[in-house]
Amino acid sequence: MSTQPTTFTAHDGTVQELPAQPRMGFAKWLGVIGWRHLIGIIAVVFSAFPLVYVVSASLNPSGTLTGSNQLFSEVSIDAYKNLFKDPSRPYGQWYINTLIIAGVTAVSTVFLGAIAAFAFSRMRFKGRRMGLMSLLLVQMFPQLLAVVAIFLLLTWIGDIFPILGIGSRLALILVYLGGALGVNTYLMYGFFNTVPSSLDEAAKVDGAGHARIFFTIILRLVAPILAVVGLLSFIGSFNEYVIASVVVGNSADTQTLAIGLFQYVSSETNSNWVIFSAGAVLAALPPMALFIWLQKYIVAGLTAGAVK
Amino acid sequence: MSAKTPLSVEEREVAATKAHATYSGGLWPWVFKIAILGVLDAGALYAALVLLNENSWGALAAVVIGTAILNIIFIPPNRFLPAKYLAPGLVFLLIFQVLAIIYTTYIAFTNQSDGHILNRDDAIAAVMAQKVERVPDSPSYKSAVAEKDGQLWLIVIDPATKATSAGSNDTPLAEVTGVELSATGAPKAAEGFTVLSFADVVKRTQEVTALRVPITDDPNDGYLSTTTGTSAFIFRSTITYDSAKNAMVGSDGTIFPDGGRGSFLNPDGTELTPGWKVGIGFENFTKAFTDKAIAQPLMRVMAWTFAFAILSVLTTFALGLFLAIMFNEPRMRGQKWYRVAMILPYAFPGFLSGLVWAGLFNQEFGFINQILLNGAAIPWLTDPWLGKLAILIVNLWLGFPYMFLVATGALQSIPDEALEAAKVDGASPWQTFMQIKLPLLMIPLAPLLISSFAFNFNNFNLIYMLTRGGPQFADTALNVGSTDILISMVYKVAGFDGGRHDFGLASALSIIVFLIVGSISYLGFRQTKTLENLA
Repeated sequence: MSTQPTTFTAHDGTVQELPAQPRMGFAKWLGVIGWRHLIGIIAVVFSAFPLVYVVSASLNPSGTLTGSNQLFSEVSIDAYKNLFKDPSRPYGQWYINTLIIAGVTAVSTVFLGAIAAFAFSRMRFKGRRMGLMSLLLVQMFPQLLAVVAIFLLLTWIGDIFPILGIGSRLALILVYLGGALGVNTYLMYGFFNTVPSSLDEAAKVDGAGHARIFFTIILRLVAPILAVVGLLSFIGSFNEYVIASVVVGNSADTQTLAIGLFQYVSSETNSNWVIFSAGAVLAALPPMALFIWLQKYIVAGLTAGAVK
Repeated sequence: MSAKTPLSVEEREVAATKAHATYSGGLWPWVFKIAILGVLDAGALYAALVLLNENSWGALAAVVIGTAILNIIFIPPNRFLPAKYLAPGLVFLLIFQVLAIIYTTYIAFTNQSDGHILNRDDAIAAVMAQKVERVPDSPSYKSAVAEKDGQLWLIVIDPATKATSAGSNDTPLAEVTGVELSATGAPKAAEGFTVLSFADVVKRTQEVTALRVPITDDPNDGYLSTTTGTSAFIFRSTITYDSAKNAMVGSDGTIFPDGGRGSFLNPDGTELTPGWKVGIGFENFTKAFTDKAIAQPLMRVMAWTFAFAILSVLTTFALGLFLAIMFNEPRMRGQKWYRVAMILPYAFPGFLSGLVWAGLFNQEFGFINQILLNGAAIPWLTDPWLGKLAILIVNLWLGFPYMFLVATGALQSIPDEALEAAKVDGASPWQTFMQIKLPLLMIPLAPLLISSFAFNFNNFNLIYMLTRGGPQFADTALNVGSTDILISMVYKVAGFDGGRHDFGLASALSIIVFLIVGSISYLGFRQTKTLENLA
């Protein structure tokens, strides 16, 4: 997006000459460009302020919400140390739980979605179109709405397999995987179709089996969409509160960051504020790092219809 | 298909997929697959045995058939190659999405709620257990308390037959052998059991006195209970179930009839608790719209849900589009930095945004009141209207980066010729925008706006993290407030926020939400298709 004095890159990729322009006077510059910077700065302040504020609050030694209003007046990292010291609020355990639950869900979602998309894109079988349509249809009913049924279902499953009942982190992952097919498969299916099938035809002639074609040829070519689906899934389960609170919310040791941090402030906002802020800053690191790392893929995925 | 007719393209491709289904892959994937299948089969076998024991025939059939299908799919030869790729995801989809939807529908037509959770037999046993009294002429059973499988058991000697038997809270008395007797003729040790010493019995008095060992499967036969551990007596309920009368009958002859709505009734018409779950037809749905105590808050919540979802889409889209157009000026420098900063709210975890903003908006100590408004005490989160405003502001913050990103993309794909032509025709910038740019933008963006509407309609996290749905409505007993949207109301009616669980009503509300979002999305997507065709 950087501009050069005499040429610019148009959206179709060609480099074009800018029409010869006289140096703008300040008044003209203000009218054409300057006000854009002004609004841009306002937008940046609006966007970034809450995040700057939470970082400042996390470093405030007073410990309270009131004290946090003086941005960066004093700096101390006590809150970050205290965060890990309260055995009734095992922040470290929440962090691990969340990373494992969201991580395993994301990797499995990518795998389950990719093999299904491969079947839909590369194989021809009866009920293929119907299958694709019904996947979209089922997703119209978000899992969120079925939280009561999921609660009762897990209570019942827990009577047979206690490790899969209410309170089980594994059970929560399995529930999340119920949403692995659907929109994801549809996104991937579209992307898989853009990989020319002459590639796998050639491999087939060379004697490669379907599994080899999938793992060694297709998967490499569709990496961008795998990244998008993986990231969206990770962020989705990282943020998920409703089902997580019902399934693993009862014991401090099994909770996720969303449940634990919510309880931090819902019980005592003012006095827990600084320690909560420290928890929030650390919690935001993994999703934000992933987001920045995969940024260029996401923008492409967004226009294809993915909603965070 | 006969051999003579030439195959259609479709049929040829199906045949090719089948022909390609020969076994492929090395040794290790194969070992891995067999191991997973083995674990799955073992689990299924165990589940089948448990279900057989519980007489759950429907679930048993589902487990057996499901496992059989999976085995057929994954054991060579690969008769259904595509199924191998689809089945793993489908298993989860079927259980935790499709089954969950069907189950939600079922619950919506029952009265399942606190006091109506159990099935009928368990409810009868629970009612009887509340009115247990020691049988006046009960013989005294010599007994000992023992531990097995992490549970307390009672080992007793029948005073008449001298037979030794044992049972626990869940297991009716059954004969046991290998019981060693002490000098006084009381059980001292038994195979497989760890008999508690006197000191242990004293230490665990509460657990010991709570022991209620059913004498047989039939709750009418009563229980054995002990207070000392060394002698047990028969306790029987003063109320019994009479299947001929379909009622509970008290020892004094009082009849508690089955009221037909999942409970037995006292003579004065009140319910004996607990009751059990029964189907009640459309009652949850009719109640939601006609029972004033529910319908009034529901209507208010529904109106706000629509207002919230529509205003969220409009405000975020307006700001995102405005910024996108503003930045669509190649001569402006430093755009990259603006963009990075503006994407921050989108990358920040959503649940934290709500919590951080709740701190900023805090009435007494928050930054907005204390610093920006110089010590004002504006009740941002506790006033019904300001709460709604705060939610829209925060959602604007959360949502505009997404709209900015997609609008930028769409803007750059508008062909220059269209804009040139408008310029040549002498259109003003505003006219160009309204009549050329906006309609062209809407083609790719309209479906995204519909998705955004559907997303915000169920944006539980924002509401719950920011205001928790409050402030509470004053004129209803339901736990809902003026910033609650339908999905947070479902969560609260289901009692997951604390308070009474009404699973039936909550599921009915879920179905209503689904019908609303589903039909709006359907109509919306159909409409955008016509938009597309017009272009």
